[in-house]
Amino acid sequence: MPAQNQERKRHSYSRTKARFRTRRENKEGRRWYWLLVAFVWLLIWQILYLLVQQDLLLASPLQVFLSLARLCTQLDFWLAALFSLLRIESGFLLGVIAGTIFAVLTVRFVWIDRFVYPAISAIRSTPIASFIILALVWMSSGKVVIFIVFLMVLPIVWANVTEGIRKIDPQLLEMAAVFQLNRRQIFRYIDIPSVSPFFIAAATTGLGLAWKAGIAAEVLSTPPHSLGGGLYEAKIYLETPELLAYTAVIVILSLLLEKLLVRVLHNTGRYFQHHGRTEIPGSMADKAAGKPSETTTDKKQSNSGVQTK
Amino acid sequence: MNIRAEHVTAAYDDQLILSDFSLELPGQGIIGFSGPSGCGKTTFLNLMAGLIEPSEGSVSGIARKRIGVVFQEDRLLPWLTAAENLDLIIRNTEITSIWLRKIQLSEQANYYPSELSGGMKRRIALARGLAFDCDLLLLDEPFQGLDQALKESFYEMIREAAQTKPVLLVSHDWSEIEELADQIYKAVGPPMMITPVISNT
Repeated sequence: MPAQNQERKRHSYSRTKARFRTRRENKEGRRWYWLLVAFVWLLIWQILYLLVQQDLLLASPLQVFLSLARLCTQLDFWLAALFSLLRIESGFLLGVIAGTIFAVLTVRFVWIDRFVYPAISAIRSTPIASFIILALVWMSSGKVVIFIVFLMVLPIVWANVTEGIRKIDPQLLEMAAVFQLNRRQIFRYIDIPSVSPFFIAAATTGLGLAWKAGIAAEVLSTPPHSLGGGLYEAKIYLETPELLAYTAVIVILSLLLEKLLVRVLHNTGRYFQHHGRTEIPGSMADKAAGKPSETTTDKKQSNSGVQTK
Repeated sequence: MNIRAEHVTAAYDDQLILSDFSLELPGQGIIGFSGPSGCGKTTFLNLMAGLIEPSEGSVSGIARKRIGVVFQEDRLLPWLTAAENLDLIIRNTEITSIWLRKIQLSEQANYYPSELSGGMKRRIALARGLAFDCDLLLLDEPFQGLDQALKESFYEMIREAAQTKPVLLVSHDWSEIEELADQIYKAVGPPMMITPVISNT
């Protein structure tokens, strides 16, 4: 038996190695593919620039790159990036938290759903510019950005999380009730894994929208130290390369944060799925095959219904 | 105190499934129900499990009792492995590994339900129900997708469980009922009517 286990483990190890090798090769292949795609688009841009031949209408990739390099040497630019990031992410976080709380409440209490639904529908269908102008009357320019991002993210998170909660499999909840899982276990092992795909979709969509809405709010409200303010100034002074450089920075920041968010959410999801219960050893198969346990087991609740032979 | 359904009436989607239905379960042993699909067997089990309330009548003797159920569907958590699904209910890794060995799935302990065959998932669902420390065990078509050899191994485990508590077995397969049950009822409906067929004890 031990020889068989060794053989199985060796086989499994080489299979895992092969799988990782294939994954790495795929990743490298994908990287080359994306570099090629980026290169083709830069080429198209350059061709368009040569066709238009007016710097005011379209700057060349090189002009934008040089403009970006110049911006990177200025403290003001970094401050603008930092403050825009803080404003937009604050609004985003507030929207996510409020949207999730609203979703839980509206699923739990029908009257809250009926009460909130018209307001959320109104927010969804009202043009963002109307909100920005209204908010400018009510509050300072810095707060306008946070408020606008909050308003844009809230309905997305609310709608998705609500749908996620409503789609929790009732059969799994029945199973949980029968086997007397407590509220914490149901939350961790049924609620969170069921809702997390909806939450992740809402958060990533919301983050993209947060940057769009946030920058639009910054352009209209021009708070001090803001990428939107930089965009606005570039437009006023007809600095097309700078305008495109700012746009590139906004796109890069938005994409980077989206990637970071997806990674954090996936890791959090995995954490919820794999922790907090009685510890499961790395290989239950080894244990079943009679190998001594290296992990501590939860002996608080023994199961008298099982006859150990 | 034995578990007893008294003059129970239950409906599903405006269809009367149980009407003035009464039955008393013994303190131990296997009670088998066999009948065609849709005659009300599963509704009866859900009633005994406390998952639905009767519109009339009552089920007495189940208050504060632990009831284990092997559902018609496997109802495994897709994001947990086979071992984790069992351990969530058993709450003891040593006993979980013993159960995995018993149902011959030690090798698949770390597989997710989507990576298991229908029969393997069924074995996990059955083990989960059997391992749960309960006062009444309800089995709803428990052997779907299992071959004869595996069925035989589960027969043993169910008989062992029935020594200390009543086990309600519902199946459309007469041979399974005949093989296992101490008391057999033939069901027709809806609304479900039962007729005692044979007593093996």
